[in-house]
Amino acid sequence: MGFLGYLVRRLALALPTLFGVSLICFFLTYMLPGNPAMVKAGPFATPEHLAEMERAMGLDRSLPEQYYRYASGLLRGDLGESSATGRPVSEDFVQRLPATLELTFASLIIAIVIGIPLGVLSAVHRDTFIDHVGRVVGITGVAMPSFWTGLIFVYVFFYLLDVAPAPLGRLGAGITAPQHITGLYVVDSLLTGNWQTLRSSLFQLMLPAATLGFSVMAPVARMVRSTMLEILESDYVKAAWAAGLPRRTVIYGDALRNALIPVVTILGIVFGFLMAGNAVVESVFAWPGIGNYAVTALMTKDSGPIQSFVLFVAVLYVAVNLLVDLVYGLADPRIRLG
Amino acid sequence: MQTSAPLAPLPPPSPSLVWRRIRRNPLSFGALCVIGLIALAAIFAPWIAPYPPDATDAAAALQSVSWRHPLGTDLYGRDQLSRIIFAARIDLSVAFAATAAAVVIGSLLGAIIGYRGGWVDHIAMRPVDAIMAFPAFVLAMGITAALGNSTVNVAIAISITQVPSYLRLIRGEMLRIREMEYADAARTVGNPTWRIVLIHLLPNCMPPLIVQATLAMGFALLTMAALSFIGLGIQPPQSEWGVMTAEGASQIVTGEWWLFLFPGLAIMITVLAFNLVGDGLRDFLDPRMRGIR
Repeated sequence: MGFLGYLVRRLALALPTLFGVSLICFFLTYMLPGNPAMVKAGPFATPEHLAEMERAMGLDRSLPEQYYRYASGLLRGDLGESSATGRPVSEDFVQRLPATLELTFASLIIAIVIGIPLGVLSAVHRDTFIDHVGRVVGITGVAMPSFWTGLIFVYVFFYLLDVAPAPLGRLGAGITAPQHITGLYVVDSLLTGNWQTLRSSLFQLMLPAATLGFSVMAPVARMVRSTMLEILESDYVKAAWAAGLPRRTVIYGDALRNALIPVVTILGIVFGFLMAGNAVVESVFAWPGIGNYAVTALMTKDSGPIQSFVLFVAVLYVAVNLLVDLVYGLADPRIRLG
Repeated sequence: MQTSAPLAPLPPPSPSLVWRRIRRNPLSFGALCVIGLIALAAIFAPWIAPYPPDATDAAAALQSVSWRHPLGTDLYGRDQLSRIIFAARIDLSVAFAATAAAVVIGSLLGAIIGYRGGWVDHIAMRPVDAIMAFPAFVLAMGITAALGNSTVNVAIAISITQVPSYLRLIRGEMLRIREMEYADAARTVGNPTWRIVLIHLLPNCMPPLIVQATLAMGFALLTMAALSFIGLGIQPPQSEWGVMTAEGASQIVTGEWWLFLFPGLAIMITVLAFNLVGDGLRDFLDPRMRGIR
């Protein structure tokens, strides 16, 4: 089957999933304790005022009608209103999304840059000291709660050693944000040649990105190790050895290149972990992203942002997994048949 | 007629064999002992803990590690060791209840869906796909926020995020083994469907289920602690490891390291123990995973 057919089939599979996701999020919003109209009308509202508010918000309609309103709102990019800021959640989201993306990308880079070599080393030196160390690091890393890792980093590098900045957001005190191009401070300050801001934003990014990266490094290393082991046993690698090719060429040229294709599949899962970890790690480092926004909203019983966060992450997760499958289908034609 | 197909799959290893194999693997056996100790400490908490968990002592506030208070005291002079021991009760019981409920619901639904197959399977798997489209922790956040903060709601939220994985596991096994000859044999002698599914087929799906449930305990503990850490779910002054870590976090800038360190360490050790036991069980319970590490 051609790639186009695969693309169409895979897209068709994603649509019912997205419908299901929106349905679940609708029910989560609908199940919420307390009447949203009552929250909006305030504690001193008269019953007439309340009824009017319910009508205005469509709460007196039937469930399918309410879902229709909800879903068509979503398609227009309407995520409802935050009762704390009084602004549309989508506006707050757009403003805070770059912070989350910057943190996610940075931790993904850390996880890949450390996780892949670790997996390769473990596989090449199978059952040696290096492999055992790698395994212990991996299995411990998975068991550590990310917020706790973050706190340890803050205590050691900020409080004890004083080499890291205070865990208070994206820029140090007195540093102004770079001119808005992508919203990612590191990229923007690079583009505008604003070295002071670049330094400060990298500094602030260091600990939260290390925390998140550390939490997903282990699955990446594990996956690389097992695919690498499989490939090192394969006929073509044996043939390459037999042909007398240098060790470096066999391991890094032939074996690793093919081992990396399955690793692409795990990136979707890793991305899910990272988005989930964002909510927690952002709140440890006062990182002004959407996760922290949702968590802060909780304190004031403002549920709009939390449900929008859940929906947003799920949609992004579906999209990333779709993209991963497509890339995989492109890289390995056998997958398209499955 | 060809008689090459086996009449029944290999029976799952007997409990005594499992026990012998676990003893041979020192890492898994050690981890199992750790879980046993933590469980015992949780059960006998009132007798083991040196102080009542809520007893405040203004004169002993924010004391570091000492003989009187082995893990220090918090802002209100509460003994941290006692709080951590009492917290094990809530952490372990919520994680266990959530996992157990998910195993029962997931495997029953999976067994029915897998055994029926066909259009039932096609329709029933769509909601499962939708639930799996969420990263588990994010869905647990949404559910807890929607249901409201309480211990029971945390257990429900964690349970819901786990059901699809057991359901898919058992469904896959069922789709495979319902075609086997021993299933045919059970049908031929006139067993009712429920009996075929529950008595004859489901027990053969148990090994991978046990492995998955053990590993899921670790994930349930992490989810609960993280939910409580961000203020969802279990609320202070309840002693819970995530709540305690969050309380300790505010003392970092003044250098009271023992307050955030020990509750997090308790989480890590417990999760690590469950993961090691799960890995050990997988090595010989789940034939498909044999040899893969």
